[in-house]
Amino acid sequence: MRRFERQLAKISSPHLSRRRFVAATATVAGGLMVGFRATSGAAQGEAAGAPSPTPNPFEAYIQIDSEHQVTVLSAHMEGGQGIYAGLATLVAEELDADWSQMQATGASGNISFYGNMAMGGAFQLTGGSTAMASSWQRYRQAGAVARALLVAAAAETWGVAASEITVEKGVLAHASGKTGQFGEFVSAAAALPVPDKVKLKDSSQWSYIGNEDLRRPDTENKTRGQQDYTIDVMLPGMLTAVLKRAPRFGATVRSYNADPIMAMPGVVNVVATPRGVAVVAKSYWEALKARDALEIEWDESAAEKRGTAGLMESYRTEADDGSGVRVHTVGDAAGALDDAAEVVAADFEFPYLAHAAMEPLNAVGRYQNGVFEIWAGHQMPDYYQAAAAQILGIAPDKVKLHVMMTGGFFGRRATPDADVIVETASIVKAMGEGVAVRVQWSREDDMTGGRYRPMYFHRVAAGLDDNGKLSAWKHHIVGQSILKGTVFESALMADGVDSTSVEGVDNMPYAIPNQSVILSTTDVGIPVLWWRSVGHTHTAYAVETMMDDLARKAGRDPVDFRRDMLRDFPRHLGVLELVAEKAGWGVAPPEGIHRGIALHASFGTYVAEVAEVSVRENGNWKVERVVCAVDCGTAVNPDVIRAQMEGGIGFALAGIVHGEITLTDGVVDQDNYDSYPVLRINEMPSVEVHIVDSEEAPSGVGEPGVPPLGPAVANALMSATGERKRILPLGTRV
Amino acid sequence: MATLDINGTTHEVDVEADTPLLWVLRDHLHMTGTKFGCGKAQCGACTVYLNGSPARSCIMPVAAVQDTEITTIEGLAGNAAEAVQSAWAALDVPQCGYCQSGQVMAASALLESNPAPSDADIDRAMSGNICRCATYVRIRAAIHQAANDLGGDGDA
Repeated sequence: MRRFERQLAKISSPHLSRRRFVAATATVAGGLMVGFRATSGAAQGEAAGAPSPTPNPFEAYIQIDSEHQVTVLSAHMEGGQGIYAGLATLVAEELDADWSQMQATGASGNISFYGNMAMGGAFQLTGGSTAMASSWQRYRQAGAVARALLVAAAAETWGVAASEITVEKGVLAHASGKTGQFGEFVSAAAALPVPDKVKLKDSSQWSYIGNEDLRRPDTENKTRGQQDYTIDVMLPGMLTAVLKRAPRFGATVRSYNADPIMAMPGVVNVVATPRGVAVVAKSYWEALKARDALEIEWDESAAEKRGTAGLMESYRTEADDGSGVRVHTVGDAAGALDDAAEVVAADFEFPYLAHAAMEPLNAVGRYQNGVFEIWAGHQMPDYYQAAAAQILGIAPDKVKLHVMMTGGFFGRRATPDADVIVETASIVKAMGEGVAVRVQWSREDDMTGGRYRPMYFHRVAAGLDDNGKLSAWKHHIVGQSILKGTVFESALMADGVDSTSVEGVDNMPYAIPNQSVILSTTDVGIPVLWWRSVGHTHTAYAVETMMDDLARKAGRDPVDFRRDMLRDFPRHLGVLELVAEKAGWGVAPPEGIHRGIALHASFGTYVAEVAEVSVRENGNWKVERVVCAVDCGTAVNPDVIRAQMEGGIGFALAGIVHGEITLTDGVVDQDNYDSYPVLRINEMPSVEVHIVDSEEAPSGVGEPGVPPLGPAVANALMSATGERKRILPLGTRV
Repeated sequence: MATLDINGTTHEVDVEADTPLLWVLRDHLHMTGTKFGCGKAQCGACTVYLNGSPARSCIMPVAAVQDTEITTIEGLAGNAAEAVQSAWAALDVPQCGYCQSGQVMAASALLESNPAPSDADIDRAMSGNICRCATYVRIRAAIHQAANDLGGDGDA
């Protein structure tokens, strides 16, 4: 994804790119045409890094009420990753607020305020673990400017010099005995000219950044059922829509008869949309029952009718053929393999994976007085705004987005086809002025609805020379592109290569003199999407289990074997050494415990993990403990980092043990948590997280904990059983 | 028309008899703390108490719970619940938080019946409640902490 980010930054940087991005977004998958909204701020063009000129923080980023509550307006959606706590920390630090007065909420609607700075700033995005990197300068600066303005306002009110005013834990004070709080001065402060320059604190002055004791501002409500998600939005007279979608991807509606269900209790309307037929009723249960009773005849002439077993065989055939796009070439991998003393050759199979977030996909919309409002988990707000505006035939600035707290996303709320947004806008348009509609997917809709982590086949061959050094690496990946056919294709795919298909293989840190990476992108009608850590979900598994096998072949300890090839990569090496030390690598594990190790960097963050696995006599196995070392630069919220590593480990474990979406003749076989199991508490290992002390700029933590877990576990199972597993999922028995 | 006793208050609702309690709570009474996750008793997000015992409201027809004391997260009270909620806050258990009403309900019920649960007890009592963010490490730790606060030993 690093290259993806670079490309995205390039195409969206102000010099060449905004226009190109607009062009790129003019065509959208699904036949919908939208134009990207140009805003004055973005058109003026800011350099990546710090936003300039500095917006008035009270307009853009910080609200303070009369009770002195400070609400940070977050450019990034919160769905559990902890960014609200993160941005509140940055603001509180520079504002010298009291932590108890801090809150955060989602914001959108002004790209110059909220554009993702880690991706060039021209559009708003929650994704790619970029939120903290995008916000590090922006929100500290907002806090510092707000503090300066509040101090200036107090100085004016009190008739004293600003330099004589102190701010501590939300209290402004002067030696004369005058004290006050933020809410008293915010109106005056907001009207003052924004200073050109403010000085940010030195790290030695930080009291909140790096503080272990801060607790997240949203925890309290979440433990008492008082946090509102999209599903909890209640508008007067609101109706609920449930859609009937085609059983096979790519099928379209030929005909349907709404009459039989119009008489069912609660049913108000039946509406055809580009994504299926919506039954609109007074409540979810009434809509669901009528939806299930609705009979539709589908036109399946363009539908994908293949199953996953046959598709995987065709992927294998593509690898046999050996041709594809050359992604990355160093030296002569084929020649070096011929000359190798030892060769490890392996095929890997990775299935489709569903996100299966707890809150099934949904959105609430209403068109009233010329304005369309839409409440949802918006990972790509400007884009959704444009998509909705197109459907309703109104200007984008007449679309108001409410960025809701979201019940998990893992990439699922960033859809280039704007799935639930398009559905909601279409239904609201059909229902007319003033009618609020909630579109709610059932669990079955969510799980069978596609947008999966793509299925992949990998064929890898690696060779050791006479000295046991890794001399050759040949890697062929076969699978669907996430970007192809989307709004991002023309801008982000260079020479037919989707970087999300190969990230983690084409940029390995290991010093390998001969490398060849080939990609075959397949044409399959099953919709795919980014799934927490994207390409790294499969590339890390292939690379790091190969490293384990190669170390074994070379008769080397897997840590030593990797260390030798990481001399120019101190941060990779740092987490590898740290995790080895903390896990007691090199010391025999307890009786019945088998260890495996893996290392992978993604999204600018470096993670190494050691998994400890037990295997029972009946073949049941379990991960008992995971030790994790992470280097994400400055640790803004250590406890959030720890939580993301714990959660990433559990999410990854669910994927490698259980995760598998299969299709038979084009129909998805799994539809709920019984047929698509996710991790439950009895399968969760204990987790120990160690954070590297660093003064580098912070990088993301939402995704990077995921990739190393699979190979670390697989390597532990290899130690336990001597058998290498290369077909996922692993299942619960060896 | 169904008559329901929810958190000590009587509610009359005009719904079909097969309507699940979950949707009566959410769509008709606008009590939204109880969450929809799967619709078939697989995930525990919709956990309520029926006469004090945890149950899945998503598969519970309203006709079946008319003479039942129903408790939702909004009405959850008592020493165990308070200890659980304060341990949840102290350890920052929630991430997205969507499943946590159900987790808190299940954990409070566990401590009501077993003041000093082992890890195995916790796994048994809590394995019906999915957390897709995988906050399980902290759920386990928070239950032990709550047990300690309640005077149980909370031994792992």
